[in-house]
Amino acid sequence: MTCYDLAVIGGGPAGVAGALTAAQAGLRVALLDGGARLGGQYFRHPPASLQASDPGAFHHGLDRFLRQGAALADRADLLLGHQVWTVERVASGAAEAAPFRVHALRDDRPVVVAARRLLVATGAHDRPLPFPGWDLPGVLTAGGAQALLKGNLVVAGRRVVVSGTGPFLLPVAAGLASAGARVLGVYEANGGLGLARHPLLALGKAGEAAGYGLALARRRVPYRTRQAVVAAHGGDELTHVTVAELDRDWHVRATRTVECDTLAVGYGFTPQLELLTQLGCDTAHDLDGSPVVTVDAAQRTSVPGVWAAGEPTGVGGAVLAEVEGRIAGLAIARSRGGNAPAPSPGAGVGGAGLGRGAGVLVRRRARLRGFARALLEAYPVRDGWRSWLADDTLVCRCEEVPLSAVREARELGATDARSVKLLSRAGMGWCQGRMCGYAVACLAGEQPQQPRRPIAQPITLGALQKSAPPDFPDPSALKHDERISDDKSR
Amino acid sequence: MKVGARPFEITVDGRPVPVLPGQTLGAALHAAGIRSWRTTRFGGRPRGLFCGIGVCFDCLITVNGRAEQRACLVEAAPGDEVTTS
Amino acid sequence: MPDVIVIGAGVVGAACAYYAARAGLDVTVLDRGPVAGGTTGAGEGNVLVSDKEPGPELELALLSNRLWRELAAHGGFEFEAKGGLVVAETGEVRERLVELAAAQGVEHAVVGGPELRDYEPHLADGLAGGVFYPQDAQVQPMLAAAHLIRHGRESFGRSALELRTGVTVTGFLRDGDRLSGVRTDAGDILAGAVVNAAGTWGGEIAAMAGVHLPVLPRRGFILVTEPLRRPLIRHKVYTAAYVTNVASDSAGLETSAVVEGTPAGPVLIGASRERVGFDRTPSIPVLGRLAAQATALFPVLREVRVIRTYCGFRPYCPDHLPVIGEDPRLPGLYHACGHEGAGIGLAPATGHLLAQRLGGERTDLDLKPFRPDRFPEGETA
Repeated sequence: MTCYDLAVIGGGPAGVAGALTAAQAGLRVALLDGGARLGGQYFRHPPASLQASDPGAFHHGLDRFLRQGAALADRADLLLGHQVWTVERVASGAAEAAPFRVHALRDDRPVVVAARRLLVATGAHDRPLPFPGWDLPGVLTAGGAQALLKGNLVVAGRRVVVSGTGPFLLPVAAGLASAGARVLGVYEANGGLGLARHPLLALGKAGEAAGYGLALARRRVPYRTRQAVVAAHGGDELTHVTVAELDRDWHVRATRTVECDTLAVGYGFTPQLELLTQLGCDTAHDLDGSPVVTVDAAQRTSVPGVWAAGEPTGVGGAVLAEVEGRIAGLAIARSRGGNAPAPSPGAGVGGAGLGRGAGVLVRRRARLRGFARALLEAYPVRDGWRSWLADDTLVCRCEEVPLSAVREARELGATDARSVKLLSRAGMGWCQGRMCGYAVACLAGEQPQQPRRPIAQPITLGALQKSAPPDFPDPSALKHDERISDDKSR
Repeated sequence: MKVGARPFEITVDGRPVPVLPGQTLGAALHAAGIRSWRTTRFGGRPRGLFCGIGVCFDCLITVNGRAEQRACLVEAAPGDEVTTS
Repeated sequence: MPDVIVIGAGVVGAACAYYAARAGLDVTVLDRGPVAGGTTGAGEGNVLVSDKEPGPELELALLSNRLWRELAAHGGFEFEAKGGLVVAETGEVRERLVELAAAQGVEHAVVGGPELRDYEPHLADGLAGGVFYPQDAQVQPMLAAAHLIRHGRESFGRSALELRTGVTVTGFLRDGDRLSGVRTDAGDILAGAVVNAAGTWGGEIAAMAGVHLPVLPRRGFILVTEPLRRPLIRHKVYTAAYVTNVASDSAGLETSAVVEGTPAGPVLIGASRERVGFDRTPSIPVLGRLAAQATALFPVLREVRVIRTYCGFRPYCPDHLPVIGEDPRLPGLYHACGHEGAGIGLAPATGHLLAQRLGGERTDLDLKPFRPDRFPEGETA
């Protein structure tokens, strides 16, 4: 087994920046990503085989990112198509020993990568809210609509409604509209003046927002605030939605119908923390209650040898992710002398500890984090969404658990999300609570908790048995009478 | 945007569906107007794409006899045979 | 003021509360967390007679099995009378299984090698046979605990059985040398009797009351597969090592194969036993071994995916028997814990017998083997 100085998990802006920075400093680096190409979510792009005329049309900076990726490919081992299902910290005594084992699956076959240090840059996924009809084909997450467009050049539908909260709705709608979809409306559940409350920060982003706004205006796409889709309708497919005017807390004041074949919904993002929680990294709650991993100024987690960058430290977008990745890469390169215990999160490092030029990065990070916080404050999820649900509205899509079953679980004595899960099955299906976890936590009356997922990707039993170390006794090789011990001490 | 690649074909329950090289099964089916390809085990309700990035597992598809593949992650290949359930 | 406080809203505490309420007592159940928040929430749901040594535990298991079937009539916890098939890899092992079954005196059928596939069509080739126990059954543990409490409330009155979740016991109250109640973070609660049904934390609760009860954790992992579209496995299926591992004192890793389907579709795979305190860190070698054992029994499972794994901490005492009954060292204190991986199966009998003691009646089984003060002071598990 090759031993790397650094294994980076996640090939989006944070992972690529971190891996490249470390590789340029001379470290032996492996980067693992489950996808067929680098990019993560933000830099998702069409495969070369599509021969697209303008692959960078949907995002800023794709060319620059692809150049970074090419530079990385020259200096590091890119393990694409490798889905990491668990990360192990193994006890090691020797100075050269690699304390981390990254277990991945490539075409369902187990692959193990050993490394002295880890950078976890696993990004985030959509955080949907349940509502009547959200399980109809034709209802997608905003991220799903983007993935179709950016990665496959597929327009999600012909008559599309975009709804939810947050600035992400704008590029989704603008992308769809530019690609030829008829976007019937963008419905933003919060009031739209949030960003204006932070004029200094808004300066940096208003230009970008204005760009999307112009694209929508040019195509006469209505952008409405304090409105949202509160129900989707159709037989086996989406045919129309109910759009509501909302009060400040998202209760319904008036409704109307909009006919459409596609609905893209976005209510923010959930950082993907399971590999970090497997390792025992400390977590905290972000402004919106989302669990995030805590890191210090050098992007170190509370576990020696483990760094994190990008959305897992707090949802903040691609530019911030890259900055954090670079800071982590610098810090990792400087840590070659060994894994010193992590100082407490927040401990100052400034630019001095990371070398020249780091000061610029650290200041940029602070500014971008400030902006990300402002966005979270401007576009919160408000409790009134719960009033949109009917008794038979599915809360858990995988196990088809309706709201009534969640209520019943509470009446039986479930006082937290975990016991709601155990009594109702919500969160026990294939996705293991990724889609319904936020909603179930809200309905259980608590903040979303950090994930406890030792198995981050489904793994066949055949592959799992091969993941035990080679010298671990194979049970079928044990002599049978050895297995029946006479040690019955009663 | 223009696309230079030429489509190939896969079959869905025997019917041909065009795919552009590099597209995922889920994207190709969705683009062809096939919005669902499985039904849920309790309610028998149709499901297709939802999250589009491999975390929701709604898009599980059977291709070339292999079941429970995430259609949004699997790149289509010429001659792939998809069976719906 | 209730007659009885039960500490612990897991399956054993729920059963104690149910039977006490049925006997006419007013019961309050306290738990620092939700219903089934402890080991019950990590249990598989085994209601077994097959793995019990002849003697007090088997008697307890037989009584409990009968009571589970009575309770199952109320519905709500997915009781499945599916039966258990203990499989032997060699003729020698099969002989020992047959001897054990004869000694147990429990309803069973000896199964020859070629007949195994009549019971389980997907079993591997080359197994030597086994023993089928029709009485082995399955429940969903968390639903069982929750519904026991609800049935109690509905059948015997809401004031007869009160559930207070999110209440942590911080100490005990005495009146002279008798227990008179508990101190909690929500105030003092007086009662005529207190039942320690705190499972793996039973030793801590006992210590708070000033008595020694050596209950320690024995960690187990379970693998949960994807929901199968059509069921592959009809019964509970275990290898003979499951029976012997239960009795083992080994501090190291003990594993045996336990495989079964569930109504919702996933296959559950166990079983491992380790003494590692309360360490929850997933152990890849253990998970790998559980997977290997399962596929050795059912090769068809090789392509089936695991989507989840979790661990639980079985509460065990040094002699592998639970603690049931009043504590002679402290009048008013009762214990019902230490069931080590058999808690779900043994819960109704535990509750029934304990209720008899609370009412001052003679118990249907002799509780002497389970008495709380049987451990030499200072002995640890």
